[in-house]
Amino acid sequence: MTPVLQTRNLSKRFGGFFASKDVSLSIEPGARHALIGPNGAGKTTLINLLTGFLEPSAGEVFLKGEDVTRLAQHQRVKRGLVRTFQINRLFAEMTVLESVTLSVCERLGLGWNWWRPVGDHTAAIDEAAELLATLRLLDVAHTQTRSLAYGRQRMIEIALALAAKPQVLLLDEPAAGVPTDESRELFETIAQLPREVTIVLIEHDMDLVFRFAERISVLVGGALLTEDLPEVIARDRRVREVYLGEALDG
Amino acid sequence: MTPVKLDLSPLRRAAAWHWAEYAFWLLPLVAYFVFPKNLALLSQIAITALFCLSLDLILGYAGIVSLGHAAFFGLGAYAAGLMAKYGWGDPLLGLAGAALAAAAAGFLTSFLVLRGADLTRLMVTLGVSMMLYEAANKLTDFTGGVDGLQGVDIQPVLGMFSFDLYGKTAYWYSVAVLFLMFWVARRLVHSPFGLSLRGIRQNVGRMPAIGAPVNARLVAAYTIGAAYAGVAGALLTQTTQFVSLDVMAFSRSAELLLILVLGGTGSLYGALIGTMVFMAAHHFLSDINPQYWQFWLGAALVLIVLFARDGIMGLLRKLSAPARTPS
Repeated sequence: MTPVLQTRNLSKRFGGFFASKDVSLSIEPGARHALIGPNGAGKTTLINLLTGFLEPSAGEVFLKGEDVTRLAQHQRVKRGLVRTFQINRLFAEMTVLESVTLSVCERLGLGWNWWRPVGDHTAAIDEAAELLATLRLLDVAHTQTRSLAYGRQRMIEIALALAAKPQVLLLDEPAAGVPTDESRELFETIAQLPREVTIVLIEHDMDLVFRFAERISVLVGGALLTEDLPEVIARDRRVREVYLGEALDG
Repeated sequence: MTPVKLDLSPLRRAAAWHWAEYAFWLLPLVAYFVFPKNLALLSQIAITALFCLSLDLILGYAGIVSLGHAAFFGLGAYAAGLMAKYGWGDPLLGLAGAALAAAAAGFLTSFLVLRGADLTRLMVTLGVSMMLYEAANKLTDFTGGVDGLQGVDIQPVLGMFSFDLYGKTAYWYSVAVLFLMFWVARRLVHSPFGLSLRGIRQNVGRMPAIGAPVNARLVAAYTIGAAYAGVAGALLTQTTQFVSLDVMAFSRSAELLLILVLGGTGSLYGALIGTMVFMAAHHFLSDINPQYWQFWLGAALVLIVLFARDGIMGLLRKLSAPARTPS
């Protein structure tokens, strides 16, 4: 099977510091793949390189076999590579329905339509409403995003990405800052996503990682330390040394 | 259609006309009968309102700050003036020519505006307008320089309504153009394109991540804003049959920004109401105290920026919010 997402010797240098170093990663279609590593290991940098948020100093990114290294962020989104952000990037003054409709409209190529009111684009709104229903956000559909509790805002962060109908979804600490019971619910939602969506996850909570991931890559100092099945990673001595220790013993 | 039960009316209602809007658009009619001797001032208000609307499109929706928007107003003014001087005196043709000239300039300079953030944009727009001002100043054979462009001969509107001494035609012509342009702008801001501009203003970093080509949208918005400003400039030329160099002056750009902040950005009506309040205040205050009226203007501006960030429209919204029936 061709990998849906692949990198070849991907590097990012800031001055003399390597934030990413020679990362060669290969992700199969339908994978549930976690990226772990201590703080500053370059996990978010890697997502930034994959999505075109940052330009690599060297190396290539392939999406479904196509070299997308030189493509802009929005062009990669159009090809099915979508991310969420570690720190919410939402449309504070829009209602939840408006935000998600905006994302749906962009995917449907309606973003240049400047004559018909948004409210008349029934297909887009229906789709947005359905997505809100799936994510249990219907009750706040007409609420302004900024006035929602943090946990629900985190859900909208994911809703905006799902509205773009990703084939590969990159989740950057989706549960960061969310209270435990709500983060359970959030992960249930993520776990229920269909297999057509390949998921790459960055997460600090090892419980969640080992429950969710079917394959784990460990990053240290910007470089890939190892990649394997969760049970192998859990036993890996080097991984325990650099990172996991207590999380697994405890 | 969808199994999801959700009342979509709040979303639909956003684009529907509110009764207060119908009432608002009766004002030009009322003003005509209440102030029949002030038609020249009323025309100026309509023209400045259109100019302010053009700034609201780029600042209030796309989030591009500009201190040089008079450049496009001035280009439109000169384009319409030169066309009329050299035999193309049909007013609507003049508007089209002005819109095209300003849009072309807006399109070309938009690529400078894309670079950098607010301060850069302020300086770039200011710089572009200063260059155009000096060019108009220097090209005396073409623009008349400081003496202004003479010999602007405007034909009757639609071949029927000639511009009269009382300014009746000028007034109705300006109001009609303002209304039509407003109506189009209103469609635009409620469309998916308008929604994407609001998205860019509210969180420019998220937009590429949902697949929106941000730069292309900004280029389009800036070009449209420039075209609108050009039409406003052309209206001034056509209703006064003269172009003075100060159509491009820095003070015009700065005043426009002030008016928009006073009225409130991002609602279209803020631009219109801000213009009405500002020009009326200007008229009355400068009658009372010709030298120092700007003192009160300055005071009002400081108060608004400190205590009513969303301008007059923000205040109106706050006042009407409790009265609105919950949906």
